[in-house]
Amino acid sequence: MPRMMLRQMKRGQNGVIVAVKVGGELGRRIRDMGLVPGTQITIQGRAPLYDPVALRVMDGTLTLRNNEADHIEVDVIEAPEALP
Amino acid sequence: MIAPITVALAGNPNSGKTTLFNALTGARQHVGNYPGVTVEKKEGFHLTQAGEQINIVDLPGTYSLTAYSVEEVVARDYLAQERPDVVVNIVDASNLERNLYLTTQFLELGVPMVVALNMMDVASDRGIAINAERLAELLGVPVIPIVARSNKGTAELMTKALALAGKVKEWNPLHISYGEDLDGVLLAMEKHIAAQGFLTALYPPRWLAVKYLENDSQIRECGAREKAAVSASLDQLVQAATDHLRKTMETYPEAIIADHRYGYIKSILRQEIISRKYDADRLYASDRIDKVLTNRFLGPLIMLVVLLGLYKFTFTYSELPVAWLEGFFGGLRGLIGAWLPDGYLKSMLVAGVIDGVGGVLGFVPLIMFMFFGIAILEDSGYLARVAFMMDRIFRMFGLHGSSVMAYIVSGGIAGGCAVPGVMATRTLRSERERLATLLTVSFMNCGAKLPVLALLTGVFFASNQAQIMFLLTLLAWAVALVVAKLYRVTILRGESTPFVMELPPYRLPTFRGLMIHTWERSWQYIKKAGTVILAISILLWAMMTFPGLPEREQERIDAQRQELLASYPAEVVQEATDEAVEVEGLSLAADELLTKLDALDRQEAEKTLEYSLAGRAGRALEQVSWLAGFDWRTNIALVGGFAAKEIVVSTLGTAYSLGEVNPEATQTLAQTLAEDPNWNPVVAFALIVFVMFYAPCFVTVVCIARESGSWKWGLFAMGFNTVFAFGLATLVYQVGMALGLGG
Repeated sequence: MPRMMLRQMKRGQNGVIVAVKVGGELGRRIRDMGLVPGTQITIQGRAPLYDPVALRVMDGTLTLRNNEADHIEVDVIEAPEALP
Repeated sequence: MIAPITVALAGNPNSGKTTLFNALTGARQHVGNYPGVTVEKKEGFHLTQAGEQINIVDLPGTYSLTAYSVEEVVARDYLAQERPDVVVNIVDASNLERNLYLTTQFLELGVPMVVALNMMDVASDRGIAINAERLAELLGVPVIPIVARSNKGTAELMTKALALAGKVKEWNPLHISYGEDLDGVLLAMEKHIAAQGFLTALYPPRWLAVKYLENDSQIRECGAREKAAVSASLDQLVQAATDHLRKTMETYPEAIIADHRYGYIKSILRQEIISRKYDADRLYASDRIDKVLTNRFLGPLIMLVVLLGLYKFTFTYSELPVAWLEGFFGGLRGLIGAWLPDGYLKSMLVAGVIDGVGGVLGFVPLIMFMFFGIAILEDSGYLARVAFMMDRIFRMFGLHGSSVMAYIVSGGIAGGCAVPGVMATRTLRSERERLATLLTVSFMNCGAKLPVLALLTGVFFASNQAQIMFLLTLLAWAVALVVAKLYRVTILRGESTPFVMELPPYRLPTFRGLMIHTWERSWQYIKKAGTVILAISILLWAMMTFPGLPEREQERIDAQRQELLASYPAEVVQEATDEAVEVEGLSLAADELLTKLDALDRQEAEKTLEYSLAGRAGRALEQVSWLAGFDWRTNIALVGGFAAKEIVVSTLGTAYSLGEVNPEATQTLAQTLAEDPNWNPVVAFALIVFVMFYAPCFVTVVCIARESGSWKWGLFAMGFNTVFAFGLATLVYQVGMALGLGG
């Protein structure tokens, strides 16, 4: 189970959040939306300019910027799907 | 009489709260699909089957009850201060876990609550089944499955809510354990708060303690005002706990609190609440659509096509009804012209009322088509994708992806209104991004500017009107973004705010929702046309009519007329002034006389306008405005536009019909402009640019002042925009004429 920052994850990759290393407003916002340790996420895709990133979290889709994804540490559980 | 029961609707954005509100109240309300559309507090009445009237309050959609955004503060202040009899917490059954985060916070607050489990249809399409009874048991509040869109289960929901409203008088807060690191300090704080009676009239002690630990700025400020000493001692306890956590675990109290809240939710959901027919990772229809619509290459392309399609739709299909309305008002004008005797009343009715209001109402079909198109994009969820795809670009200009909503509402897809646009900026947390957005949204092509743009492009760029209009939208965006960047590196320098945002699943908009949406916005426009514009049209008519020609001037023209009549034989004069004779049947001499008389009349009318208050102002401004190619008539219209942009068209209409001699002729403004030698494509384009970017209408200025909290910004927008727009218009005119594009 390789551990990496959310920013480094590729499309289709799956993982479980280990830590959200930010406080204050950004941290609160990230947690309010369900991004807390133990939550499973899947990288759904990225915007045309590669930023922000769209995540599948629980049963919804969230988006956040790459520099915000930098605060979220993830244990990756699957290799990326073969991209079409 | 017993006071009516108040039910507050609360829930996440996109959980179907507004749809439920509409279903319950039947009120005409705006239904959107992007976060933050329900910023204002909306109220309505619901009639139960027993005929009882229930007061329904639609709270803003929030994800949490921290002081993260204005919406959250509004929602929680309402609950604490107004104490509704019962809260209906609407949750999205297809996204239960995340939605229960807010539910948990309501439970901690202890409000009497019923959970409405909405979108049961979507959930079952996704193969998700929810055991509502079990969930109710574990949460300790009633849980009613509903489908707000088709009004299923809402009657039962209201029955349960009313039963609870009659029964529960006291708040009953839920206590969640926040782990050994925090529970101890929480208990200490709770005891202290309860002993001191600190804010306990509004909030439960434990909830206050949690908020202090979460470093909730609003509660802490409120507490410091209430009892500074108590607040300070709480702060000390919080500081000690925070330091300890930082040292031992490298984390923050608010992180631990959020973790435990989600832990609480997970512990409930684990007890066989949700059963899934399919693998949770299965792609939903919405995700498959996103694979195409937000695709790296296809996404932006499709976005452009969608926006361009909206234009084609609006302009092509509204053509016929627009022509009908123009014909109708033209006919009305002719009728009044023939029926009333010449004089101030006729002049006021024709030039002030019919031309003013008719000019605005004539564009209603166009605006309705445009709003209908926007409603589809909004309600389907596509607008949120636009924000997602555009964020990278917006950030370059020091803005936020959410700014796109404000811009689009304001007319980023032409036809919005800067007033709700300015209000939509409330969803932006950072003061600087918010200000930069709200100061530039008025550059967008709002519904009121459309008539001006449509008129001028229709006359001077008729062969490719849709393309030009599209180009103007791109221009509006470019200018707004560049100016926003300018603000963000000068007067509004600073860091950017979090983007974390939800992409709501695609939904097929309901016809009812679309109609409510379209009708609401169009009606706002019509109301504005009917009231403000009528008053201003009449005021402007008066400015253009009085004080009238000076006596000497009048005598001179009268003398000229007598002279002219005397120079022709009596029978020719007789023939020319006899109304019974058709123009075609006139002799050559009589025809010539008539033409000369017409010219004299036109000269008289023009002189009258020139001597009027408006004419004097317009002439005075010509000193400067000639740089951009605007004559005094245009100046009069633009001065009127300070009040509302619709007025630019109606005033041009008034100005030109007063300048005409024959009010019976229902020549439309478009034809008048096309035939006027003062007008050419370059002048038209300079005017378009000026109208797009100069001072926001007065209502918008008021909103800017209110939303920014200072009149300084309202006045700044008026001054800066006008100077800026004039600079641009001058550039267009001077360069255009130098290149010989004026024809």
